[in-house]
Amino acid sequence: MQALPLSSQLINLFASVLLLLAFAMLAQRRVVSLIGLFATQGLVLSLSTAVVAWSTSQPHLYESAGLTLLLKVIVLPWLLYRLVRKLDVRWEFEGLINIPTTMLIGIVLVVFSFNLALPISQLASTVTRSTLGIAMASVMLSFLMMITRRKAIPQVIGFLAMENGLFFAATSATYGMPMVVELGIALDVLVGMLILGVFFFQIREQFDSLDLKHLEKLKEGE
Amino acid sequence: MSPAPLALIGFAAAAWLAIGAAGLIRPRSLRAVRTLFSLGSVLGVAIAVVACVALAGSPESAVLPLGLPDLPFHLRVDALSAFFLLLLGSATAAISLFSAGYFRSGSGTAPGLICFQYHAFVAAMVLVLIADDAYVFMVAWETMALASYFLVTTDHRIPEIRRAGFLYLLIAHVGAIAILLCFGVLQGGHGDYTFAAMRSITLPGWWGSAAFFLALTGFGAKAGVLPLHVWLPEAHPAAPSPVSALMSGVMLKTAIYGLLRVTFDLLGAQLWWWGAIALALGLVSALFGVIFAAAQTDMKRLLAYSSIENIGILVAAMGLVILFKTNAKPLLAAIALAALLYHALNHAMFKSLLFLATGSVLHATKERSLGKLGGLIHRMPWVAWLALAGTLASAGLPPLNGFVSEWLLLQAFLFTPTLPQSFINMLVPLAAAALVLAVALAGYVMVKFYGVIFLGRPREPSLAYAQDAGGFERAGLVALAAACVLLGIFPATVLAAIDHVTSLLVGSQASGGDTSWLLLAPLGAERSSYSPLIVLGAIVGAVLITIQLVHRMWHGRVRRAPAWDCGFPLQTPRMQDTAEGFGQPIRQVFEPFFRIERHLPSPFDAKPRYSVVASDHWWHWLYLPIARAAEAVARLFGLIQRGRISVYLTYSFVTLLALLLFVL
Repeated sequence: MQALPLSSQLINLFASVLLLLAFAMLAQRRVVSLIGLFATQGLVLSLSTAVVAWSTSQPHLYESAGLTLLLKVIVLPWLLYRLVRKLDVRWEFEGLINIPTTMLIGIVLVVFSFNLALPISQLASTVTRSTLGIAMASVMLSFLMMITRRKAIPQVIGFLAMENGLFFAATSATYGMPMVVELGIALDVLVGMLILGVFFFQIREQFDSLDLKHLEKLKEGE
Repeated sequence: MSPAPLALIGFAAAAWLAIGAAGLIRPRSLRAVRTLFSLGSVLGVAIAVVACVALAGSPESAVLPLGLPDLPFHLRVDALSAFFLLLLGSATAAISLFSAGYFRSGSGTAPGLICFQYHAFVAAMVLVLIADDAYVFMVAWETMALASYFLVTTDHRIPEIRRAGFLYLLIAHVGAIAILLCFGVLQGGHGDYTFAAMRSITLPGWWGSAAFFLALTGFGAKAGVLPLHVWLPEAHPAAPSPVSALMSGVMLKTAIYGLLRVTFDLLGAQLWWWGAIALALGLVSALFGVIFAAAQTDMKRLLAYSSIENIGILVAAMGLVILFKTNAKPLLAAIALAALLYHALNHAMFKSLLFLATGSVLHATKERSLGKLGGLIHRMPWVAWLALAGTLASAGLPPLNGFVSEWLLLQAFLFTPTLPQSFINMLVPLAAAALVLAVALAGYVMVKFYGVIFLGRPREPSLAYAQDAGGFERAGLVALAAACVLLGIFPATVLAAIDHVTSLLVGSQASGGDTSWLLLAPLGAERSSYSPLIVLGAIVGAVLITIQLVHRMWHGRVRRAPAWDCGFPLQTPRMQDTAEGFGQPIRQVFEPFFRIERHLPSPFDAKPRYSVVASDHWWHWLYLPIARAAEAVARLFGLIQRGRISVYLTYSFVTLLALLLFVL
C-alpha cells in the first residue's frame, strides 16, 4: 500500500480530531468548556479547509476557511461566552440520558454513518473522499447532543456544531459549496445565534431558568 | 400615438403605488389622505383613457427587468386586458373620489394605511390584467388578495370582522392553489410559464379539461361561484363601503378576466360540454344568489348576494359563448361574449354605486340593518336619487345599462335551438327561463333594497338627524350614476368597443357590422332591435304627459296628512312593511333553498321577540364537514405533540436516519 500524500494525511488527521472533538462535546458537561471545544472544532475545520484549498489550489476555499475562522472561532464563541457570563449558567448538571449511554449511542451512529458513506466515498474522486463518513458522523453526534441536552445553551452549541459537520461534509464531498450559499449559511448562523440569544433572555425572564422543560407548558391543552 | 399604452399603464400603476406609499408618511392626516385619493382618482381616469386607446390598438408586450434572476416580468396589453383596464380605471376613479370623502379616523386602521392598502390593491389588479406570464400573474394575484384582506379587516377589533377576513383569505388561497395548478397544467411539461408559450401548445387529451376546471375552480372562488361563494356575504359587510365597491365591482371582474383569458386565449381549443357545465353552474349561482338576496336584512349582505347573482349570470354567459364557439357559430358566440363583457362593465358601475350609497347611509345613520332604516329620501336626497339610478340599473330596467346587457344575453339564449346537441337544445329553454327568473327576482330584491332604506317613514327616531353625503362622496356617486345612464343610452358605441375583444377571442363581431348608434340590432333589425333613445323618449314623454294631466285635473288644494294612515289612528313607523316581511313570500316559495331557524315567542311572553335566521345549506353540507375533518386530523397530530424540544428533535433525527437508510 503506497503512502498517502501529505495533504491527504493532514486532512485525515483533522477529520479524526473533529470526530474526537464531537465525542468530547457529547461528554462535556461544563458549558464554558463546551464553548472552548466548539471553538477548537471551528479551528480544526478552518485548518482542514485551508489544507484542501492548498492541495487542490482552489482559491475560494481560502476565503471560506477565513470566514470559518472569523465566525466560528472568534465571533460565535465570544458571543456564547458573553451570554453564559451574563446569564450565569456555567454548569449543566444532568442530561436526559447519562453520559456512558450517550457515548454508546454515539458509537452506533458513527458505525452507521461510516457504513452509509462507504458506497459514496468509493464513487467520489476528491482527495477528501475518505472523510465523508466522519463528517456525517459528526453531524449525527451533534444532533444527538441537541437531543440529550436539557438546557438551552448546550442545545444551541449542538446546533452550531451540526452546522460545522455539514460544512465539513460539503468540503469533503465537493470541495465546498458555492460562495453565495456559504455566505448565506454563515449569515444564517450568525443571525440565528443573535435571535436565540434574545430568546434566552426572554425564556429566563419568564421562567427564572434556562431549563427547557418549562417550555412543555406551552403545549396545547388537552 | 407616440407613448405606448402599455408603458403608460405601467407608469400609472407605479404612480398608484407611490400615492399609496405617500399615505404612509402622515397616516393620521385626513387632509393628506384626501388629496392622495383625489390624485388616485385622476390616475384612474387616465388609465381608462389609455385603455380606450389600447382597445383599438394592436397587442403590445414588454419584458421588465424585475423579478427573480432568469425570470423577468412579462407584460402584455391586448383588447381583452384593455377592456378590463377600462372597467378598472373608470370604476376606480369614481370609487377613489368617493373614498376621498369617506375614510375618517376611527378605531380601525389609520386612514393613511388604508390609503396604502387601497392603492396597492388597485395597482395589483392592474398588474393582474397586464401580466403575460404565470409568475407575474400569481404574484399580482396574491398581492391583490392580501391587500384586500387587510382592507376587509380594517375594523379588526371586531371579532366577526376578523372571522370574515379569515374566511376570505382561506377561500382566496384555495382558489390561488387551483389557479397555480391550472398554470402548471397549461405549460404542458415544457417548463415555460410565459403566456406566449402556453398559447402555442395544445394540451393532449384530458389535460385541457383539467386546466379548464382548475381555472373554473380557482377563478370561481375569487368570483363567488357556487359552492365557493361563502366568503362574499361575510367579507362585503365587514369591509368599508368603498372597499366593498372595489371588491364587488372590480376584483370579481378580474376573476372573470382570468377565466376568459385561460379559456379563450391560453387554451387553444374548447370542448362543448365545458360550456354546458359553466352554463349550469352560472345559472344555479345566479338563482341562488338572488333568492338569498331577497331574504337578507342587512343591506350590504343583500348586495353581496346580488353580486353572486350577477357573477352567476356572467359565468352562464361564458358557458353560452363556449357552446356557440365550439359549434362554429361565431356570430352568436360574439353576441354572448359581448353580453358578458357589457354586463361585467355594467355590474362594475351599478354595484359600486349601490355599495357606495350604502356607505353614505352607514356613515349618516351608523346602521346596516334594513329593519332600522327607512324614509331616508327626505334626509339624504342626493344619495337617494343617485342610488335610484343604480337600483334601476341593477333591476334591469330600460333605459339604464343593466337592461342592455341582459337583453343581449337573452338574444343569445333565444338562438340556442340551432345547436346540434339535441339535449342541450331541450334544456336551454329551461336555462333561459331560469335566467329570466333570476333577473325578475333581482328586480324584486332591488325594490326591497330601495324601498326599505329610502322610502316610507324612518323606523328609528335617530334617523331624523341623518346628514346627506359630502362633496367628494356626491361626486363619486354622480360619476357612477352618469356611467349607468350613459352605458344604457349609447349601447352601440360600447358594443363597437367590445367588438375588438370579441374579434380577438371568438373571431366575430357582435354588432353585426351595423354601425348605427341609435339602434341596437345584433341579428338584424327585422329580428329584434332595441333603441334606448326611443325608449328614453317614450319614458320622458309619458312622464311629461302625466304631469300635465295631473296638473290639469288637480284641484290645487294641498292637504298634509299622515302617510299610510289606512283608518288606523294609532300607528308607528314600526307598522310599515319590513325587510323580513317583504322577503317573506320568496322565503316561503323557495323554502328548500334555505336552512331556516325560527324563534317564535310564546303567547305569555312579556317581551316577545321574533327572530328568523336563514342560513346557507352549503355551509352545513360542505364547509362544516371539511372543517370537522380537518379538526379531527389535527387532533390526531396533536397526539405526537409532547411539548418537549428533545422529543421533537428525536422525531426529526429518526426521520433523518430512516431517510438515509432507505435512500442510500
